[in-house]
Amino acid sequence: MADLARVADWSAPYRAVIASRIRAQRSYPVSFGLDLFGSLLVGVTEFAEVWVIFHNVSVLGGLTFHAVLLVFGLSNLAFSAADLVVGHIDTLPTYIRLGTIDAFYLRPQPVLAQLMTSELSLRRLARIAVAVAALVAGLVTNDIEWSAAVVAMLLIAFVGGAVIFAGLFVCAAALQFFLINGAELTNSFTYGGSYASSQPASVFPSPLKALFGYLVPVVFTAYLPTLWLLHLPGPAGLPAWLAWFTPVAAAWVCLAAAQLWRWGSHHYQGGGG
Amino acid sequence: MLAGLCTNVVFGFIRAAILFAAIASAGGHLAGYSRGSMSAYVWLSQGLLGAVELSIQPTDVAERIRTGDIAVDFTRPVDVQGSYLAADLGRAAYTLIPRGLPSVAVGALTVGLVMPSSVLPYVLGLVSVVLGVSVSFFCRYAVNILGFWLVETRGVRTFYIVCATFFAGLFVPVHMFPAWLRVIADATPFPSILQSPIDVLSGRVIGDDAVRVVVIQAGWVVATCLVGRVLTAAGRRKLEVQGG
Repeated sequence: MADLARVADWSAPYRAVIASRIRAQRSYPVSFGLDLFGSLLVGVTEFAEVWVIFHNVSVLGGLTFHAVLLVFGLSNLAFSAADLVVGHIDTLPTYIRLGTIDAFYLRPQPVLAQLMTSELSLRRLARIAVAVAALVAGLVTNDIEWSAAVVAMLLIAFVGGAVIFAGLFVCAAALQFFLINGAELTNSFTYGGSYASSQPASVFPSPLKALFGYLVPVVFTAYLPTLWLLHLPGPAGLPAWLAWFTPVAAAWVCLAAAQLWRWGSHHYQGGGG
Repeated sequence: MLAGLCTNVVFGFIRAAILFAAIASAGGHLAGYSRGSMSAYVWLSQGLLGAVELSIQPTDVAERIRTGDIAVDFTRPVDVQGSYLAADLGRAAYTLIPRGLPSVAVGALTVGLVMPSSVLPYVLGLVSVVLGVSVSFFCRYAVNILGFWLVETRGVRTFYIVCATFFAGLFVPVHMFPAWLRVIADATPFPSILQSPIDVLSGRVIGDDAVRVVVIQAGWVVATCLVGRVLTAAGRRKLEVQGG
């Protein structure tokens, strides 16, 4: 009980910030409604892109449309959960350019923690809804033998996947300390990674498989778990049993994110003035 | 610019891999595309993406309306819409050189493109690209000018970006759409922004068909330009700027 009380005590400021953000976003209901609708539309058109391809062919990279529902659902769920919690750290370049990041360094909390807890964009819930719908449809339409292992795999894929994407967001933000205005470059592995993860990785040529399989390990978020759930063999270099190593992939991304953030935040010299 | 190019190329490789797999799965041909012509579609669209600019920056006209700076634009002895068009055409021409051509070159060197061997498609293609950039500009301008009536344009901008990227044929060519979706796409100006210049440049449409595509683009230029002018005139009557 004492532990619980301590956690409640520790998280009180975060809960206060989040509650104020939620109130602020809901105080303009029309604007918030449009934001939600826009976010929903983003999810729906991303799904439509996949659907249009399967309108033309029945199998892509060894996966049927039903199987791809699982890949799309898992990858989008993990990405939009990470986006909801830490996606707003992509505003870091603005703070660096304006010099307002200095204020973050002066406060008695880690800079990264302050940035992560500064916002919670509720509109991103709409994309989570699209992802959940696709995932549920995938779980229902595929012939899955439910067992404890299946539930464990879904949990590992979701938590591990969200951690992987969150780590990639942190890596991207850390690089901004060096690149100043390099969001366009880091988009290639944050949004590019999200796009790649929602596709059957078997269609990629070997360099892309190595890139998204091991260096930026987004295939662990959806494609590998889907292969394991459906008892499908993976392509060369990406066997289905690797799905159980999703926590290892997540740990690798976290390690890279921590190191890059340390370098980046120490590299920063201040905006002057 | 180099950063943009790098991201452009990564997305190009992912898209090419997916669409090649779809073609292989369909038995070598899909919606009139072969592997080589699909490659041309992917890399031309990646190359043109920077120039036709499907997203809307909040720093455009909308921001000047919000701050009231638009009043300064109205007092200048040049047409407001025309001056922004000139600036945008210049921006587009600039992105083509460091970002557009290298993207196409990377595609040509790594996977190969099937491109026309005669001169005419390139000449007509250049016209088509200019028209595509113009349609894109007039659409973005019309959305931004809604700032006269809306305090926050982010919702409308998101809506526009999502519709424009999908119907312009950025991720999947419009030719792969099912018939009913194709009808909806053709009723919007968006295919004229990206799909049409690619079709003309890559020689997917040739001769009279190519001319017809360019004429349709010109029609959308006129239509979207008029919408922008009507909105500008209406907004100008409504505009009230404080201070002096």
